[in-house]
Amino acid sequence: MKTPAIAAAAPLLALAALPLLLHSDFWLHFAIMTLYLALLGQAWNLLGGYGGQRSFGHAAFFGTGAYAAALLQLDFAINPWACMVLAGGFGAGAGAFLGALSFRYGLRGSYFALVTLAFAEVFRIVADSVPFTGAGVGLQIALKESVADFQFPEKSGFYAVILALTAIATALAWWIENSRFGAALVAVRENEDAARALGIDVDRTKLWAITLSGALSGCAGSFYVQYFLYLDPRIAYGVEVSVTALLVPLIGGVGTVLGPLVGALALRALNEASSALTGGAPGLNLVLYGALLIVILALLPDGLISLGTRLRRAGRLRALGRA
Amino acid sequence: MLDFDILLPAILNGLSTGAVYALVALGLTLIYGVLHIVNFAHGSLLMLALYGVYFLYTLLGVDPFAALPVVVPAMFALGYALQRTVIATASHGREENILLVTLGLSIIIDNLALYLWSADTRTINPSYGFSTVDFGVAFIAVPKVVSFAGALVATGLLWLLIRRSDLGKAIRALARERRGAELVGVDVDHVYAMSFGIGIACVGAAACLLLPSYYVHPGVGESFVVIAFTVVVLGGMGSFAGALLGGFIIGVTESLGGLLLGENLGRIGVFAIFIAILLLRPTGLFGQRA
Amino acid sequence: MSRHNWSVTRRRVLGSAGAAAIAAIAAPAILRAQAKTVKVGIIHPVTGGVSYSGTQSRAGALMAVEDVNARGGIKSLGGATIEGLISDAQSKVDVAVSEIEKYNEAGVSAILGGYASFICMATTQAAAKHGIPYVVDVGTDDRIVSGGLTNTFRFSPGYGVFVGTAVPALRDINAAAGNPAKTAIVVHEDSAFGTGTAGLLAKELPGIGIEVLEVIKHPTPTLDFNNIVLTIKAKKPDIVIPANYYNEYVLLARTMLQQKVRPKAIYSVLGGGASQYKFVKEFPEAAQYIMDCNHWYNPKNPAALALKKRTEEKGLFYTYEVFLNYTAAMLLADALERAASSERAKITEALAASTWAGHFMPYGPTKFEHGQNTGARAVNLQVQDNDIKVILPAEFANAKPVFPMPA
Repeated sequence: MKTPAIAAAAPLLALAALPLLLHSDFWLHFAIMTLYLALLGQAWNLLGGYGGQRSFGHAAFFGTGAYAAALLQLDFAINPWACMVLAGGFGAGAGAFLGALSFRYGLRGSYFALVTLAFAEVFRIVADSVPFTGAGVGLQIALKESVADFQFPEKSGFYAVILALTAIATALAWWIENSRFGAALVAVRENEDAARALGIDVDRTKLWAITLSGALSGCAGSFYVQYFLYLDPRIAYGVEVSVTALLVPLIGGVGTVLGPLVGALALRALNEASSALTGGAPGLNLVLYGALLIVILALLPDGLISLGTRLRRAGRLRALGRA
Repeated sequence: MLDFDILLPAILNGLSTGAVYALVALGLTLIYGVLHIVNFAHGSLLMLALYGVYFLYTLLGVDPFAALPVVVPAMFALGYALQRTVIATASHGREENILLVTLGLSIIIDNLALYLWSADTRTINPSYGFSTVDFGVAFIAVPKVVSFAGALVATGLLWLLIRRSDLGKAIRALARERRGAELVGVDVDHVYAMSFGIGIACVGAAACLLLPSYYVHPGVGESFVVIAFTVVVLGGMGSFAGALLGGFIIGVTESLGGLLLGENLGRIGVFAIFIAILLLRPTGLFGQRA
Repeated sequence: MSRHNWSVTRRRVLGSAGAAAIAAIAAPAILRAQAKTVKVGIIHPVTGGVSYSGTQSRAGALMAVEDVNARGGIKSLGGATIEGLISDAQSKVDVAVSEIEKYNEAGVSAILGGYASFICMATTQAAAKHGIPYVVDVGTDDRIVSGGLTNTFRFSPGYGVFVGTAVPALRDINAAAGNPAKTAIVVHEDSAFGTGTAGLLAKELPGIGIEVLEVIKHPTPTLDFNNIVLTIKAKKPDIVIPANYYNEYVLLARTMLQQKVRPKAIYSVLGGGASQYKFVKEFPEAAQYIMDCNHWYNPKNPAALALKKRTEEKGLFYTYEVFLNYTAAMLLADALERAASSERAKITEALAASTWAGHFMPYGPTKFEHGQNTGARAVNLQVQDNDIKVILPAEFANAKPVFPMPA
């Protein structure tokens, strides 16, 4: 079940060549959004897929990173590139804080999920109410189009950044699959009490996972700010981000290295395809999108990435039947 | 700044809003408590029921309160069918997949409503729409007083169902110990579907009592769902009395919070309680110890 | 409105986007030969949180396209018709940006729409990167036209103008009645539009002798206004000033009626429900005598009234989204006519130099400064006799203000 390094690296290397082939801004935007979703999904995957701690409130980390990135450059004139690193730090901090609180009180399963949701909502409400974060009005970053300001005149610049970030996240996932820490994390996911009995420091393992997850989410938040140049409490901390973060890996294949990438591509393609097929009538495109989602779940409950395994298994069974 | 003059009406207000939350939460606590399903589609189904009440009023002249005997069974049937056919099959019984399937359902329902009935906000204006009941310290709108009574009645009925009927026994058994229930002959699929159906029937009742005070449009369900979850957790999953009491507490907290901190920041009170409950007493006020 | 029309234009977008994309993979964009149509992107949020406004907006824009084509198209381009390529912004920034990119691939000459301020901020920037002229239909946030984008044009006023009109108008209405109003409470929704408006009001009102007792903020959506109304009841302001969206506006008005709170006036600025025929029709009691400072058409212009009739025949309410989009599209058509070209740069030039006065809005001739039409104006309205009348300025008025509200 483990993904070999080649299988993990190959798609990313292929993707690196993409801007050389594509001159279409529309497709570059599509690719950028896909990778961005993959990054967010991979962040969730580290904690939820490998760690089994399913969070409903990943927006709490994403939004904190996003606001950190925005406010540090707007109010403190810190270089936006540095802001991304700091955003990762703030995201990690949010993760550690939430993790320390929840795990110390022994929250698991649905309770953990709900407490993350609650925190995301609290952050949203605070961001919505205090003038420091621009409250409901939101924050806007001035359009500068200079590389030093982390804004690129060409989309390919953004593409390079998001590809690098997603590559790092994917590498982290691969590392988790092949390291002692990862083994401990998976053990915690499978059976927390047994893991503890084996001598694994369960709380510490989970805390590290959530911190890493938070860091990546924070970076995703910072990227969003640089790409769209606008942030408000709903975009930062809304339910939409949290749902997307879990939808991507669950559709693609939870607890796998490439699952989030596959899931991101599928979701993005599904959205575009639904719109194209249903014409202009409002709402019909999303009805189709929702229906396709359910169909995918029904046919491939382990996620899209299991398609290969399923086909192979079906082929083998057919061969047996004939024999 | 805090007048007693405003405080008491605010509390009464909070209680009547809380009753509305309780009505929505009653169904959710049953679904969550028994099936352990995070029903993302709960808000969408509420919206659907609201449209049902709306059309019954505008096309057939049926008063929302009189529509209860129609809407409640209809929503029950819808819930039963959804669980039995779509949710159970598509999710293969896996918890996280159930969540995603209900999410997909909510997207479908919300946008189907948008496509069929447009994004226009619909309201009804029954004769008693603007009437209020004078409680001395405050005027409370008639529909809200009825909702309050409705919530109490609904809680009572549900409690009777769960405690005194055979179905209730089966539901409780299934919630506590699935394998054991299966072994003693409980038809799991059927009882699951019945539970979901009853949960959605509650939403139907909530819709009938809600529409006169509010409005409906395709996105209206969202606003209720997160609060409903808070109420469920506060009250204890699977407890109806908990949902009722939880609803009142949340309603009053929201109302007082809004008064003290402003409508925006005031909502923090609700979530602060939510987090505190989760950390300190996760099973809620009346929930079973896991 | 024919659904068939929509799907045809929709598929064409993807078709040309797809073809152009494939061509673009191999080589940079190829110049197109002069076609018999001018492609215009029409983007609105027809699903998601602001879908009602998005649908109304789209209806207005498409009626204008119909009209232009029906009268012979763009004559300076040999009768070329306008091909409106519609898309759904889904009330999301990233989807909206994606649609702008598709428009660029499809070779549109201009883009119209956005509706919501937060969408417009992103779409105007995305269009600017490709030099596509962009006409903002509504988007009242003033940041949209102060970012220095040379491709962006807003025909209607921003909230700065609204506050700048509303305050002196209130002063005049108050003075004409002997200054009975001395205090006010502002109730606003928390996004850019509401907060910006409220901030300016709080600053300017004391200057006309009105003390702002409190500024109450609320989120969208807010389902219960009882506490806010309780506060208003306790403080007894002479005037209540709402600045929010339709649903909340209506709930506030209804709750005030229920709780028997009757100030001397409800005077809204960009009030979401105040100048809405829907509100007047459904809750005449609550709507009666409410005053508003908002977008409106010239009630004395027959073309405006004809469009109203046509809109209502389609089963839609004649809302500001409809007539603002209609006039914005006509502005674009006029620019196309003068540019005599479907090239983006020429159209941008034509827009910038526009002096168009053939519209039915209570504005003078058009004049753009940094992308804002300085001829754009706000008017004062009041619900009287179950109808919405213009009470100020006098040149467009068809009724006199009733102030204070009869008890």
